[in-house]
Amino acid sequence: MATASVPKNDTSNITAIASPGENDWTKPAAMAIPKEGYFTLENGRYGPTFPKTPACYGFSVVAKVKPGREQVVRDYGKNIEEAVKSDPTVLKPLKLHYLRWVLFDVGSGPHFMYQGIFDTDFDKYLEDAVALFIKTGITTVFVNLEGWPDDWKTNLTAVIKFFREHQCPSFLEYGEYPYVAADEIKKALKLKCAFSNMLDLMQ
Amino acid sequence: MLEFDDIQHFLIARPPALAARYEFLTFRHFEGARRWLAGIIGKVGSADIAGTSHLDSRWVTIAFTWSGLRALGVNEMSLSTFPEEFRQGMASRAGILGTVGANHPDHWVGSLNSPDLHAIVILFARDVAERERCRLEHQQYVLQCAGVEVLSSLDLEAIPPYESVREHFGYRDRLSQPVIEGTGAEPTPGSGPPIKAGEFFLGYPDEDGAPAKMPQPEILSRNGSYVAYIRLEEHVGAFREFLREHGETRDEQELMAAKLMGRWRSGAPLVLSPDKDYPELGVDPQRNNDFNFAAMDPHGYGCPLGAHIRRMNPRDTAVNMQRHKMIRRGGTYGPPLPEGAPDDGKERGIAAFIGCASLVRQFEFAMNVWANDPTFHELDNERDPIFGTQDGTFDMSIPNRPIRRKIKGLPAFTTVRGGAYFFLPGIKALRYLSTLPNVS
Repeated sequence: MATASVPKNDTSNITAIASPGENDWTKPAAMAIPKEGYFTLENGRYGPTFPKTPACYGFSVVAKVKPGREQVVRDYGKNIEEAVKSDPTVLKPLKLHYLRWVLFDVGSGPHFMYQGIFDTDFDKYLEDAVALFIKTGITTVFVNLEGWPDDWKTNLTAVIKFFREHQCPSFLEYGEYPYVAADEIKKALKLKCAFSNMLDLMQ
Repeated sequence: MLEFDDIQHFLIARPPALAARYEFLTFRHFEGARRWLAGIIGKVGSADIAGTSHLDSRWVTIAFTWSGLRALGVNEMSLSTFPEEFRQGMASRAGILGTVGANHPDHWVGSLNSPDLHAIVILFARDVAERERCRLEHQQYVLQCAGVEVLSSLDLEAIPPYESVREHFGYRDRLSQPVIEGTGAEPTPGSGPPIKAGEFFLGYPDEDGAPAKMPQPEILSRNGSYVAYIRLEEHVGAFREFLREHGETRDEQELMAAKLMGRWRSGAPLVLSPDKDYPELGVDPQRNNDFNFAAMDPHGYGCPLGAHIRRMNPRDTAVNMQRHKMIRRGGTYGPPLPEGAPDDGKERGIAAFIGCASLVRQFEFAMNVWANDPTFHELDNERDPIFGTQDGTFDMSIPNRPIRRKIKGLPAFTTVRGGAYFFLPGIKALRYLSTLPNVS
């Protein structure tokens, strides 16, 4: 009677075990996205929602800096550095992978880009994000941007409208290990650590 | 200082009531509507007299949809200052709320998905006899107000025995209610600090600081609240069958029921009593809410990460909890299904109101994220097992050592049969609405 065997160098089974779902993290993936930022219109609480891509969720908010305020915005990077240093969990509610703040001038004055890659649909946690922006003083940056509502302290809807109006959806996103959440990566690294410690203890 | 004499008592006081009736009204013309309102305002209790003998026998509340405010004659400029989600109404927000499939507004009963729904009269009564007396009185009164019609109604009755409040699945209810700062009430241990009044009533500082922007004119919105109404059918037969399928013994079935809810049906929380029921704990308000999740049960070995109470009140596993609290009112409708009886096909369930200052930030957040986000708490494909939109394609993970238990294809234990967004005005606002000038 024949028995099934797996050649030692055949990794297909490992792949199947490691990634049973359709979002296979072992296969790098790219996704071209329509101009609107989504394939089918699905409304969230504050407007259209954007899909999860191989690079997870994210946003790129671009806004023009008010004249003469560029340095104030730039200086605020240091404040965020200090805030995270004193409390490494300060940005945890955003479920971030990475943040990038960029100042650039394309000839019409300085612009600020706030690009984030994270694991939650931004529409779902907008209020919590805004609360965090206020808590960490990130709003200090926003008040230096054109279009930021004057009544932002009492008009959450207007603040959210600002973010949505200044969001520039991607038209291409790529993931080398697609769809993997930051928590999953941290769990995998913890496991690696645990195995490493276990092997040390076995010596 | 809360203006108790101007706030409808609905979200502040809860006099004992064993029966209720909700009447959903439409206004065919504004003169009749205003006449109806002017004549009934005197029966609407304000928060400062709640609990007096006058209110002990019956308890009247009035609220309006956005189209109801228009039908009363509120002008377009004022109407446009109400928040978008309220203007659209609950039926239009179905995709956001997850009321899809069998829960879709197309299947709702009682004309609740109709733009003709203008107002609700909520009556809570000490007993059924008092409810019936009030029903007849209001029936007579509506007949005198040409242009006011009852679109539909719903009678509610508490489930006996009455020593504790229970819903049709048998769970003890009303165990975790927020306390509003300034009402003098003390939160039970574990319930968190009192919540700023602006989270529930317009015109007061909220947890974010200054009072939020209000609809105009201020006399219409001050001391008002938004209320989301949901009529939720409970499929008791399907629920009991599920417990039998997943538990061989009575104890195993009770444990399964507890895992879905996060509390034993006695009310005892799984975090404090993970292995067996503890009815004395369930009835003790000093202890039955005194727990958290992140510190006491981080992996969900007691209360699963996706259990109902862990989703609807994530406690220390979510941020800004004070900004997401809501006040729930309501009761049970339909006949209880006796234990052991086959499903009789009759509709039974909970018809509840969720009161807040912002439907989009509080109620819709809870529905969209806590109840129906399949990836909540890094879960893979789950929704609230009791309250979430289920269609047999979602799962339920029950953490356990050495390996978790996973139930694939959870059935729907509930179906939304109707819903609406109402604005619950203050007493002065009710008077203002009843005396609006005629619009051309």
